[in-house]
Amino acid sequence: MSKQAIRSGNLLIAVIGEPDTVTGMLLAGMGNLDAQRNSNFLVVEQNTPRDVIEEAFHRFTRRNDIGILLINQHIADLIRPLLDDYDQNVPTILEIPGVHTPYDSSKDAILKRAHRLTSSAHER
Amino acid sequence: MVLQQQKLKLLSAQKGHQLLKKKSDALGVKFRQILGQILEAKNKMVDLLKTASFSMAEVKYTAGEIRHTVTENVTTVTSTKVRMRSENIAGVLLPVFEVLQEGNNAQEAAGLGRGGQKIQQCRDKHMEAVTHLVKLASLQTAFAALDEVIKITNRRVNALEYVIIPRVEGHIHYIESEMSEMEREEFFRLKKVQNVKKRRAIEQAAAEARQLALEAAAPAAEGGAGAAASGMMKRAADEDVVV
Repeated sequence: MSKQAIRSGNLLIAVIGEPDTVTGMLLAGMGNLDAQRNSNFLVVEQNTPRDVIEEAFHRFTRRNDIGILLINQHIADLIRPLLDDYDQNVPTILEIPGVHTPYDSSKDAILKRAHRLTSSAHER
Repeated sequence: MVLQQQKLKLLSAQKGHQLLKKKSDALGVKFRQILGQILEAKNKMVDLLKTASFSMAEVKYTAGEIRHTVTENVTTVTSTKVRMRSENIAGVLLPVFEVLQEGNNAQEAAGLGRGGQKIQQCRDKHMEAVTHLVKLASLQTAFAALDEVIKITNRRVNALEYVIIPRVEGHIHYIESEMSEMEREEFFRLKKVQNVKKRRAIEQAAAEARQLALEAAAPAAEGGAGAAASGMMKRAADEDVVV
């Protein structure tokens, strides 16, 4: 179990994603600005540099009012090492398919583990 | 004393091993359940997001680019949030997320200009997707938490099975062997003492026999002396009488 106290109360959903995904999520009403006008979403364009994404990832995972972090899979691939090192339970990171990129379940960290487990369970 | 303690220790270790094994099995069942649900949910998520992004494309077609309006409309008030609570499964606290809708959606105004219906549809589709994503997120968190707990439990089970129980059994074995060794020594010592006693008894008997023999010889000598004395006395008396 994570050492940090389990956050409670009402948490936000954060997004790192391509314009369409983020727009859709904002339409659904999950956008938020805090007192310093920091948003809980990051729109990643074609030319967004990787350190901006990394910085946003760190910022979102460190904020303690975020419960779930959605990230487009092709963007997640850019910061894969960070995701692999991530070991907190909350915020939960959820990789979602992008608008133009099909979802590849073999890249998902959880599914990778799941496949390993099920295959080892079958071997047994 | 210590043996009893060790035996108790072994007993409780075995009990603990059984219980932990049961716990690990129970968690494993839950774990596999969640795993199945996750796989299912992931597939459903892919479909939902596909329809959501398709409706976004429709919005783009009818209403043009709404992205900037939408981004500008974000305020400090958030209508869609998640509530987190903990669920207890076999003594493990698992976080569970729930979608929480409160207040007015700040994006109500979007689409007043054009394409209102399509935008509404798109919003609904995304809402549906978010609800599902939240469900998936809690499954995934539960998965990660359970995974860790199962690892810990298995580690404990194995520690008990392969380290603690054999060690305690070794202690018990050692104590028992040491005790039987002591018992043998004691037995041997007793035998030895018995032997010594027997030898002493024989010696004593022999000594007594010698003593008896001596004593038997002694009265004869004493008797001779006494007889001489009394003979002398008699003789003196006799002499007296004679005198």
